[in-house]
Amino acid sequence: MNPIVSVEHLSKSFGGLRAVHDVTFSVEQGIVLGIIGPNGAGKTTLFNCMAGLFPPTSGTVHYEGVDVTGWSDAQLARAGMVRTFQLMRPFGSMTVLDNVAVAAAARGANERESLQQAWEILQQVGLDHYATRTSKDLPTAGLKRLELARAMALQPKVLLLDEVLAGLVPTERQPVIELLLSIRDNGVTLLFVEHVMQAVMALSDKVLVLNHGEMLAYGTPNEVVNNPEVVEAYLGDEVRNADS
Amino acid sequence: MVSTQTTASADSAVSRGWQLPPNAKPILVAIAIAILVFFLAYLRTDGSSLILTQALVTGLMAGGVYGLVALGLTLIFGVLHVINFAQGALVTLGMYVTYVVANDLGWNPYLTLFISIPLLFAFGALVQKIMINRSMGEEHANTLLLTLALGLLIENALLLTFGGNPQSVRTGQETVYNIFGAVATQSRLIAFGGALILALLLFFMLQRTSIGTAIRAVASNPTGARLVGVNTSRIYVITFAIGAACAGAAGTLVAPIVSITPVAGEVFNITAFVIVVLGGLGKVLGALFGGLIVGLAEQFGGILFPDQSNLLGVFIVFVLILFLRPQGLFSSNS
Amino acid sequence: MADKLIQTIPSPIKSRRFFDGNMIALLIIIMVAIPVPLLLQAGQESVAIRIVIFAILGLSWNIMSGFGGMFSFGHAAYFGLGAYTSSILLVNFGISPWIGMAAGMVVAAIYGVLVGWLCFRYKLKGTYFALATFAFAEMLRILVQSAQAVNASVGYNVPLIKGSSWWYMQFPAGSSNYFWLGLILLAGCLLATILFARSKTGKFAVAIREDEGAASSIGIPVLRYKLTVISISAAMGAVAGVFYTQFYLFIDPDLAFGAYRSIEAILIPVVGGIGTIWGPLVGSLLLAPLNDITAAILRNPPPFLDFMQGQSGLDVMLYAVLIIVVILFLPKGVFGTIKDKVKRR
Repeated sequence: MNPIVSVEHLSKSFGGLRAVHDVTFSVEQGIVLGIIGPNGAGKTTLFNCMAGLFPPTSGTVHYEGVDVTGWSDAQLARAGMVRTFQLMRPFGSMTVLDNVAVAAAARGANERESLQQAWEILQQVGLDHYATRTSKDLPTAGLKRLELARAMALQPKVLLLDEVLAGLVPTERQPVIELLLSIRDNGVTLLFVEHVMQAVMALSDKVLVLNHGEMLAYGTPNEVVNNPEVVEAYLGDEVRNADS
Repeated sequence: MVSTQTTASADSAVSRGWQLPPNAKPILVAIAIAILVFFLAYLRTDGSSLILTQALVTGLMAGGVYGLVALGLTLIFGVLHVINFAQGALVTLGMYVTYVVANDLGWNPYLTLFISIPLLFAFGALVQKIMINRSMGEEHANTLLLTLALGLLIENALLLTFGGNPQSVRTGQETVYNIFGAVATQSRLIAFGGALILALLLFFMLQRTSIGTAIRAVASNPTGARLVGVNTSRIYVITFAIGAACAGAAGTLVAPIVSITPVAGEVFNITAFVIVVLGGLGKVLGALFGGLIVGLAEQFGGILFPDQSNLLGVFIVFVLILFLRPQGLFSSNS
Repeated sequence: MADKLIQTIPSPIKSRRFFDGNMIALLIIIMVAIPVPLLLQAGQESVAIRIVIFAILGLSWNIMSGFGGMFSFGHAAYFGLGAYTSSILLVNFGISPWIGMAAGMVVAAIYGVLVGWLCFRYKLKGTYFALATFAFAEMLRILVQSAQAVNASVGYNVPLIKGSSWWYMQFPAGSSNYFWLGLILLAGCLLATILFARSKTGKFAVAIREDEGAASSIGIPVLRYKLTVISISAAMGAVAGVFYTQFYLFIDPDLAFGAYRSIEAILIPVVGGIGTIWGPLVGSLLLAPLNDITAAILRNPPPFLDFMQGQSGLDVMLYAVLIIVVILFLPKGVFGTIKDKVKRR
């Protein structure tokens, strides 16, 4: 089976700083890939390169067999590779329904269709109570769902989720994880950057570990957890964080 | 792991040592344009070096005062994030203060600085406290329109009081000096020197005094400044007051040169915006140098496009800067 | 809250009819406005016309800066390009102002897209974008002022014709037709705003205003829609310029491209309510008559203002005070504040 996303020798530098260096991996359709690593490991940079926020310094990204290196994020989103933001970014003055409908419209749906789809998605993510509220009135957990709902309205094949659980208390996490699993069950490939290790282990089929911009390990959660290099890098970082 | 980091930083250090700093290119372009303009002006005047020298001298003289006005504007923007469209009207206010005190009380016009500066300072503080402060952090348009309306209010209050006829400040005998063949009147030289001195005084006040440190702290990080105990709302008031005082001082300095009308300050408004963008919003020394550049642009624009308004040169510089280097010529970060 | 959860929530999607509340309001406004010139006394007509011109200009600014969030401080450019394009075509070639208007709209839109594209290419935003639009408008003014080909600082007089002609947009002084012509144009601009606000382009514009990065991440081609919005706004601004010229029969560089025109364009929606459909109309109803009211007061001042008689300056001072009061106490504008109050109930 051909991979839906493959990244080859991807590097990104800012000025003299190497944020991501020579990362290569590929993902099959329907897989959940967790990307982990200590702070500053280059996870978000890797995401941004893949999602088209800025082009990589070198290397390529293929999506559905097409070289999409250098595509804009809007082009990729319309093609079905969509990212969400760690800090929620709703269109504050719009209603929750319109937030989602506008994404469906960006995909090309007409007004009726986009409203209808938005409504269905809101029911699916459990935001239907808030449909006619302005989105800036939503609590954090609601905004996280809205972020997901908006991405789903694009009928994505690949979702790039940046710390979708961050800022949620543990009781709020479980419903979101279940939501993610149901999205995956619809055949959507999920790539997610996450700090909550428990969630990474529970959700991921594969795990990619970054450290100082380089790929440290790539494999099943079990393989990765038992990799001594990973333990050193990760725990070392955790210990240092605890010290400071 | 630690070694990787060292290598990375060593790499960048090396590359910085051998290459031009990343922000040098636009400055080089700016210098190249300046040389080109000078050359074209030389051709245009059929090689008359006298006209060029005169343009240089006149441009720099005017530029000093522009710089002082822009200094106030850039300070207000840097700290309050408000573009003060009343800055030109405040300059006019300074002119009229000098006009009244010098002509009715018989003061030497330059001594009226001791009245116009504190008066405009107090006025600025009042305006910030009762007006600007209330709509800070709201819509971008609101503070802009507030200051615009304030400018209209000042100008028309002056019109109501003094009428629209041009007034002038009585000065003594005007001495003319010769600088490399170009001529400059005493009052222009005083305006230039006075503006420069005041600007530098302000610069050192910002660098050396505790209130200056507090202002710079609020400009770079208001939340942090508040956390370490800076009374930010007081700083906002003081900063706006200083900005207004700069305009007032500039008004006094040019009062003997210009014909004083309620809209005489408007030209300072437009040039001040250009200067502020040129020097980088919020950059103090940038405003001063920007002032000199705009003063020159005005004069050389006049030589290159003799049929056009002097302002055309200023606007061309403005647009070039916006596109080449929107963060300003004199700021290091992008 | 708890029993709400059990209830199944009815779908909030109403089938959107073409004649929604805004459309009905528009029809009512037109109906009310049609007989207005018949009720006005001589001399008051120019106030009514000024309301119309202000409203169109305000609507234009509101599209770009209210809905689109791109703060324009150079709307005089669109107004002036419209006025000048139609004047040049009319004076030099005898072409009808209707065609001149269409041409002016195109010219203004092209100019707007060009300047906008330059600004966005160089990533100018917020304050910088506003200052750039200001600089370009001022440059236009300066260039026109010294270009002999377009009569430099003299400007254009619209050639007078005999009688009245809808085709040449010219009527005898005091004719009600001027107001009805303006009403047609204003109704067109209001209709365009209503349709814009509910269109995909309008929704995308608001999304981009709220968060450009997020808009791009959901697939909206940001640059294309920003430029589209600017071109709509610019075309509308040109309409105001053409109608202005046809009513006053005169245009010059300061009237067309002066900074004061740009300020007017901002003030009207700010007083009325930025980013709302009806804000600019409310703003123009409040602002346009102001000069006349103050002028009337000064001509015949009440006893305590006797000393003001014949003094100039007071009218603009009152204007400025009004702006300050509105911004300080109704920061969302008159219509915007009312709308918020109604919504909260």
